[in-house]
Amino acid sequence: MSAPGTLQFCIRLLRRQLLLAVRRPIEISNPLVFFAMVVALFPLGLGPALENLAGFAAGTLWIIALLSNLLTSDAVFRSDFEDGSLEQLLLSPQPLYLSVLAYIGAHWLMTGLLLALASPVFALLLNLPGQALGTLVMSLLLGTAVLSLLGGIGAALTVGLKRGGMLTSLLILPLYMPVLIFGSAAVQGAVSGIPAGPYLAILAAMLCLAIALAPLAIAAGLRISIDA
Amino acid sequence: MSGDPASSPLLASQSLCLIRGGRELFRELSFEVYAGQLWQIEGLNGAGKTSLIRILCGLSRFGFEGEVVCNSPLLYLGHQPAVKALLTPRENLSWHVSGDGLHSNTQIESALARVGLSGYEDVPCHTLSAGQHRRVNLARLFLSEAALWLLDEPFAAIDKEGVDELQTLLTAHVKAGGAVVMTSHQALQVNCDVRFLNLGAGVAA
Repeated sequence: MSAPGTLQFCIRLLRRQLLLAVRRPIEISNPLVFFAMVVALFPLGLGPALENLAGFAAGTLWIIALLSNLLTSDAVFRSDFEDGSLEQLLLSPQPLYLSVLAYIGAHWLMTGLLLALASPVFALLLNLPGQALGTLVMSLLLGTAVLSLLGGIGAALTVGLKRGGMLTSLLILPLYMPVLIFGSAAVQGAVSGIPAGPYLAILAAMLCLAIALAPLAIAAGLRISIDA
Repeated sequence: MSGDPASSPLLASQSLCLIRGGRELFRELSFEVYAGQLWQIEGLNGAGKTSLIRILCGLSRFGFEGEVVCNSPLLYLGHQPAVKALLTPRENLSWHVSGDGLHSNTQIESALARVGLSGYEDVPCHTLSAGQHRRVNLARLFLSEAALWLLDEPFAAIDKEGVDELQTLLTAHVKAGGAVVMTSHQALQVNCDVRFLNLGAGVAA
């Protein structure tokens, strides 16, 4: 027996989280089903006129992606907290920063990545112009990763509470707003023919900042939650 | 080996004091755990045994006074089994979040066999009983290389044979130069250097 290297340990954590998710497929399909249901509501509420829908499509798709991320982020650490795995993770000799990144990475692969890949289908339902599809996928890929990292902060802080859902939303929604603004602006820009590159670059910058700082906040939040 | 004062202690606590809900659970609690010792923390329900173990292993870092110095890798087993119901016992052990080692399949199989779970290696843990969940967790003791074990009620939900086997393991670990700090209400049947810490009386004897 030898102590695993840090990278090896993180890959192991990632595999573990992904396998846990695959064994509960409902957790993977829930955000997608939520996305599909809410997209189907918009034509009913706004009227089925295609040009109306196209005008709202960029913002609508981004808001739904944000909400479905918010719904799932609460659960990132919950089951590990309840069965005591989180205590063991905090006591492990591995750097918590990277372990936390592995957890968030698994969460993003299961929600953000799938959502981004499925988003062109939903975009067509809302009559989003075809030239904006690529930008939509790119902005969601970058943006949902930021959302997962930010959501992890809220999840870590509220994991010790029995009903943390509402509190997580209050804590995290203000941090989600810049992502929403630049994400939907990128798609809107692509619709009206403005180059989306600068918006995507800002999203990528946000992602870099979030990768650098959010795990520190998540690790501190977990330590506080376990201590309480 | 047993309690040689010249060697440095694996775990030392200096004047620990904990107040919970306006009640003083313990104060000026100082003791040193050396290799070759087994410390049993005793006390009534609510005496602060679990709180003390959590302070010693470093999970509680605020809200108490005093200092804990730990000079050794440690293994902590708490009340909750830290076993994922959706994973099999083999997966639970080989991908354990504590990251304490890479275990080969044979090591894991022999550890599971020794806690009486031979044949259950590859069934999902949600089909196992609560006691078997705890046994999966206890299998980590057979895989661990940490010298210092902090065990919170390790005998809970374990049957009589399991308790006997666990006591044999604890003795072997202590004899091999490890140290154990554990809470339990049972009288231990172990053949090694046992120290008692009675939280009700607040003295180390």
